[in-house]
Amino acid sequence: MAPLFHTNAAYWIAVALSGSLVLAGACAFLYQIYHGIGVWGLNSPVFWAFDITNFVFWIGISHAGTLISAILRLANATWRRPVTRCAEAITVFALSIGAIIPLCHTGRPWLGYYLIPYPSERHIWPNFRSPLLWDFFAILTYLTGSVSFLYLPIIPDFASLRDTTSGWRKRFYGTLSLGWEGTPHQWHRLETAMQIMAIVIIPVAVSVHTIVSWDFAMTLVPMWHSSIFGPYFVVGAIFSGIAALILAMALLRKSLHLEEYLRPLHFQNLGKLLLTMSLLWFYFTFAERLTTWYGNSNSDMVVFWSSIRQNFAPFFWIMVVCNFIIPVPILAIKRLRTITGTVIASITIVIGMWIERFLIVVPSLERKFLPYSWGTYRPTWVEDTLMAGSFGMMALLYLLFSKFVPMISIWELKAGETHPLISHEPVVAADPLADETPLTTETSS
Amino acid sequence: MPHKWAMVIDLDRCTGCEACVVACHAENNIATVGDDQAARGRAKHWIRVERYWEGEFPEARIRFQPVLCQQCDEAPCEPVCPTYASYHTPEGLNAQVYNRCVGTRFCANACPYTVRYFNFYNPVWDKPLNLQLNPDVSVREVGIMEKCTFCVQRIRGAEIQAEAQKRELKDGEFNPACVQSCPPKAMVFGDLNDPTSEVSRLAKSGRSTKLLGELGTLPNVNYLERSS
Repeated sequence: MAPLFHTNAAYWIAVALSGSLVLAGACAFLYQIYHGIGVWGLNSPVFWAFDITNFVFWIGISHAGTLISAILRLANATWRRPVTRCAEAITVFALSIGAIIPLCHTGRPWLGYYLIPYPSERHIWPNFRSPLLWDFFAILTYLTGSVSFLYLPIIPDFASLRDTTSGWRKRFYGTLSLGWEGTPHQWHRLETAMQIMAIVIIPVAVSVHTIVSWDFAMTLVPMWHSSIFGPYFVVGAIFSGIAALILAMALLRKSLHLEEYLRPLHFQNLGKLLLTMSLLWFYFTFAERLTTWYGNSNSDMVVFWSSIRQNFAPFFWIMVVCNFIIPVPILAIKRLRTITGTVIASITIVIGMWIERFLIVVPSLERKFLPYSWGTYRPTWVEDTLMAGSFGMMALLYLLFSKFVPMISIWELKAGETHPLISHEPVVAADPLADETPLTTETSS
Repeated sequence: MPHKWAMVIDLDRCTGCEACVVACHAENNIATVGDDQAARGRAKHWIRVERYWEGEFPEARIRFQPVLCQQCDEAPCEPVCPTYASYHTPEGLNAQVYNRCVGTRFCANACPYTVRYFNFYNPVWDKPLNLQLNPDVSVREVGIMEKCTFCVQRIRGAEIQAEAQKRELKDGEFNPACVQSCPPKAMVFGDLNDPTSEVSRLAKSGRSTKLLGELGTLPNVNYLERSS
């Protein structure tokens, strides 16, 4: 809990830096609203580029929490305990950033409410056949689920903070803890709720990134119209999500002095998961490229060669190096799978996955069916600033979160220590009658 | 019987003069984007004349192909628009409802013919060209997608006139601006549901092909192949 009460200069510098990036991004956005999307580098035929690349990238990063919290929780992997809250926080913030981007990339964002299905004065519902609308619902569902999944396990920690602080902090945590008293009945409710959320959030997360992939796969555009996109994107999302999580954990470990809680074992286990995802990612990429090449369709091959050999070749091969060639040896060889090793692998993977998203969106659009209409794309300063702003926003949200909420789940750790064989049992004497006895939930005194 | 509007373009007759492009700009309030924007790939021509070179000098030949919105029966741009701005009319046209467009640009990506255009900036007409705008056609603001409508304002105008006069539309009574302005008369427009129309006759020609027909978009523009 110490980081919540002691702030050092480094924190303020970090907040200032990320805050200024966010401010720059906001200014760039206002500039874009005033002048029009023309200030971006888009043209005909490349109507999506950095905007959708970043959208898919952030939604992908948001799959960190789901895998760690939900799947590891269900698999009873006890080593996950210190890591769950970091992961769930990444999910909520990355998802929020990813959800804002589609609203901001439209030509007339002030009419974004046209996508909300309500009985409007325009007497028309939105088009439910559009993958963009599926995005709207999927992301909204996932956001709601992730926020609950993040919030529920924090309630007992908020209650501990309420009980141990005073003044404005006491009132603040008092409101957030929702009258938690730690009764067996409440613990049982919490455990049930978390169990349900853990099971429910997995199909939601899988469907979200599948639906995002269908923004591409549901069109006829060469090398977009591929049935592999659904699973490919989900695998890529989990891949980049774990990498982002490792980076966040390493940063928190150093800055908040959590060396006792975030041990090399955690990085090693996450590193093994990352290795698995890297191999899976390589498999999907290879399968997609091989089948395209073998099929030898005219329009597909134009896009294929532009990525492998021509103007996008440097990006493509850097991506392969970053996603596969560097991480696999680091993560596979036990001696290299240290905290530093996994961090290096994660950095290259985050870069590589961003490039992968870019290579999915832009080469296909540059070379569609009619060669007369082929084009090229270059980003402008506005798109670069917006992208930097999104990274700044992520950092800023995370920094603020770490100031108000303990990054390590205190009660889960204690539960793990006191009852090492039972993963979910709360730290209360196991009373067989506790569940049946009706206890009224008392409000905080 | 409802109308089904279609077009036939004879590639043997097309000389690549681009009168259709100019006429379309004049009729539909399409501004020029300027050379800087055009160099960045943002030229807005609802109908464009594509030019392909075949062979090497001195046997080099040019092929011209006017490409406009094909008004596909199975338009890939329609299912993807989240606000129904791109929708199919009962007369077989793919309509673009400017008021509903929020500018996601998904339709432009989905269109295999790249015939959809985006207003990257607010359109600008240098004086006195701003006085030349067609009052029958709206001026689209920044952030809106637009494309060829088969001059729907002329279609509706003629239909309303015919209804007021309690008669049927005659074949060739009106034409979109591009068809009207084509000097070698390479373009023909009409009702496919009328078996006596010129369009129906030409569409049955042995030279009739569809652009990217293999994609299954069922376009309503027939191209008569060059016989030379």
